[in-house]
Amino acid sequence: MGCALVATNGAALPRPLGLLAELTHRCPLGCPYCSNPLALDSRHDELDTATWARVFKEAAALGVLQVHLSGGEPASRRDIVEITAAARDAGLYTNLITSGVGVNSKLIGTLADAGLDHVQVSIQDSDEKSADHIAGYEGAYARKRALAADVVALKIPLTVNIVIHRANIARIEQQVALALEMGAARVEIAHVQYYGWGLKNRAALMPTRPQVDAAVQAVDELRKRHHGRIVIDAVVPDYHARFPKPCVGGWGRRSLNVTPAGKVLPCHAAESIPGLEFWNVKEHALADIWVSSPAFNAFRGTDFLPELCRTCDRREVDFGGCRCQAFALTGDARATDPVCHLSPHHGKVEELAAVQEERAYAYRRM
Amino acid sequence: MSDTAQTATIPPEARPRLPRGVRLVHNEAQGGWVLLAPERVFKADPIAAEIVKRCTGEATFDAIVDDLAKTFNAPRERIATDAGAMLRGLVDKRLMEL
Repeated sequence: MGCALVATNGAALPRPLGLLAELTHRCPLGCPYCSNPLALDSRHDELDTATWARVFKEAAALGVLQVHLSGGEPASRRDIVEITAAARDAGLYTNLITSGVGVNSKLIGTLADAGLDHVQVSIQDSDEKSADHIAGYEGAYARKRALAADVVALKIPLTVNIVIHRANIARIEQQVALALEMGAARVEIAHVQYYGWGLKNRAALMPTRPQVDAAVQAVDELRKRHHGRIVIDAVVPDYHARFPKPCVGGWGRRSLNVTPAGKVLPCHAAESIPGLEFWNVKEHALADIWVSSPAFNAFRGTDFLPELCRTCDRREVDFGGCRCQAFALTGDARATDPVCHLSPHHGKVEELAAVQEERAYAYRRM
Repeated sequence: MSDTAQTATIPPEARPRLPRGVRLVHNEAQGGWVLLAPERVFKADPIAAEIVKRCTGEATFDAIVDDLAKTFNAPRERIATDAGAMLRGLVDKRLMEL
């Protein structure tokens, strides 16, 4: 397929399909499970419009097909329309991942004219009061619903993203019903992943084992009930899983992530691993970064993994799991992701999954 | 669900079109045509791309089959069967509207 990419060691390299463009870390919401790092990039350091336009062209030439315009809240950028148009001009499929706050009817109409292909809006809960409490922003729920109505009226396909944790896990059915009512063709039920702010708030967010079991069953039943009406994709609650998730489809295999300040990461949490050298789009072309940057080559393939993983039948399925999680929970980014029940550290995950604390959220603030 | 004999047909007067949010794009690096949809990517072989390119919402399925048969100098019946099965598959995945 296409012309082959060759790694610095002569091996064939896959081409990325997706680019997560974190346009800004600014966001009106304060969700306590935010996947952004604890140290946020300031507005002053954000890439300018022309640099993003160049990155999109380089991405398309490298094989990227879809760009996810994200943040923070991407609409916090005054040039969000120009950025969207530039991505579309580069030939990319454009997906706006938004909180819904700050995207009024006029703006979404202008974005639609600029060629926006798809919108993903998050909801925090089906209960309005609870939703606004989780978001740390009064009125967020109402604004999200207003945006969804505008998106559907413009006939842009809508995905609703629901992040699941202890405060809303009992209302999955109601939240999927809300997504249907909002006119979504697709809903993502994403159990909180414990990185960044989510890690900081882990004990306040962690559901109990019986809650997780009930949630998994609820999703199965909802899939059957709504078959043909809405597509339900689920991100598993990995502290309660037996096998780890194949983080971003394998390190440096399918996607890349550009931070507001231009650093290129194999995944959004990669900066949590100490000692990795990331290259910046201000200094390097995207293809050079994909092929040659030390961070991308650090955990490519499976050779770096412990024997437990290298001899495992699932090594090409999950690549030993998530590097960031391996580091966060064992202190060694090369270890087997301890979510795997075969990991010698799996007991630690079970211990942490059993810790639920009733305490106030540490809201994500800049 | 997969009663192919019943579902594989596209009405001759239907005017298939890509819904908003689904696009056929050529990407050199990926080696050809791809059909892009929310969070999904489908590689389109050259024949599939020729079929999808003609689904503009203006041409009827009948006209599309005529055009393909003429362009590729192939038996009309065979084209109708193959293109019909392919388009039905896309309709079932909500990647095509009739």
